[in-house]
Amino acid sequence: MQPFHRPGDTPVHRLPAQVKIVTALVFVLCVVATRRTEFLAFGLYFAVLAGVWTVARIPPVWLAKRALIETPFVILALALPFVAGGPTVDVLGVAVSEQGTLAGWNILAKGTLGVLVSLTLAATTSPRDLIVGLQRLRVPAMVITIATLMLRYLEVIAAEARRMRTARICRGHDPRFLWQVGATARGIGTLFVRSYERGERVHLAMVSRGWAGAMPDDPRPVGRSAWLLGLVPAAVAAAVLVGVSL
Amino acid sequence: MTALLVDGLAYAYPDGHQALFGVDLRVEEGERVAVLGPNGAGKTTLVLHLNGVLTAGAGRIEVAGLPVAKANLKEIRRRVGVVFQDPDDQLFMPTVRDDVAFGPANFGLRGADLDARVKQALDAVGMADHADRSPMHLSGGQRRRVALATVLACDPEILVLDEPSANLEPVARRELAEVLLDLDRTMLMVTHDLPYALQVCPRSVLIDGGVIVADGPTRDLLADTALLAAHRLELPFGFRLD
Repeated sequence: MQPFHRPGDTPVHRLPAQVKIVTALVFVLCVVATRRTEFLAFGLYFAVLAGVWTVARIPPVWLAKRALIETPFVILALALPFVAGGPTVDVLGVAVSEQGTLAGWNILAKGTLGVLVSLTLAATTSPRDLIVGLQRLRVPAMVITIATLMLRYLEVIAAEARRMRTARICRGHDPRFLWQVGATARGIGTLFVRSYERGERVHLAMVSRGWAGAMPDDPRPVGRSAWLLGLVPAAVAAAVLVGVSL
Repeated sequence: MTALLVDGLAYAYPDGHQALFGVDLRVEEGERVAVLGPNGAGKTTLVLHLNGVLTAGAGRIEVAGLPVAKANLKEIRRRVGVVFQDPDDQLFMPTVRDDVAFGPANFGLRGADLDARVKQALDAVGMADHADRSPMHLSGGQRRRVALATVLACDPEILVLDEPSANLEPVARRELAEVLLDLDRTMLMVTHDLPYALQVCPRSVLIDGGVIVADGPTRDLLADTALLAAHRLELPFGFRLD
């Protein structure tokens, strides 16, 4: 798995996590609320994001590689013009559904912008800061606990799976062959038990160091300027939304 | 002063398996005691009682005078620092510094005090130069020392180490022993690495079948071949103590 966090020391990186979380949320809400036919608005949203990337020094290629997570939705969006019903229009001699094309565009534009916003947030905020940011936004403690443990255990499970795979390969297993997929499938049960046990040990180690459900936080008051600066992308998006809706 | 008092401690796991049958142990301040015993003797179960992760079925435990009870759990966990066997279970923050700060921050330290405590702990284990690296990128011996620092940073009254020498190369093993000997803290070291126990701990207790079967100077215990053999322990090939 490629790391989603890209450590750096830019104004975007330095913003408090809670400011970035709120900005990302507002931005995505604006994108979702925009009518699908407002093509210019989507262009403007993208431009705002590109501006943030410039300030945060995130190369577009770096983002593009991680945006591949969206591929299944892109395939769906590309299929819609051909499978949806309703009146059709001819594009280069091929009849495509008008509603289907718009629906596909809707998924593609909003989905891509949503993924890019999440990637930008993840790239400029370390996982730990994200948790602390949610904590400062008074997200319920149970949600925080689940997020913390998930973050911790994802790595644990991935490492466990890697070790088991190595051990299988060393005994002549070749998971590239389809008929050997059975061993991988059976391994998943073992993986669950091993991860569960390791998870228990990790939990014990955290509890032994006084962990009681919340990440330790140093609540420094966030100045108004940080909020003003951080909310600029959200404010632009809101202005665009209001502009095209009037 | 008594750093640790265990009196008549008994415990059965929820599945009915009885692991401890009445353990009595007294450790004075500044003592370094090795807890020896074969696999399944109840060593780790004992450790998990010391900081209240497991709750005793019978008996009592006091850490520097404070009984291990639900109301005192937070202070007990500060007083008893447990270093687990696998550093990968313990280290999880993006940098060494964050990981060492995790414990003391949970116990309420903030700002300059926290920074000073982190530096002190990292200096004690000789890892101050690696504060900004990811624990995942360190060698096994370095990870073990960072795991020790994460617990030292909580300034515990008693340090409990579970198999500290496991999976270490000889040099890393010696370096860790040197760090431990320099710490000057009350220490309980669970191990079946007998030469290591001899090197670090002047006193040893031998646990088997959920009770303490021997308690005395480490050298005397390890020289008693018959006692060791009766409890599935033996010195490694080539070692003699007579």
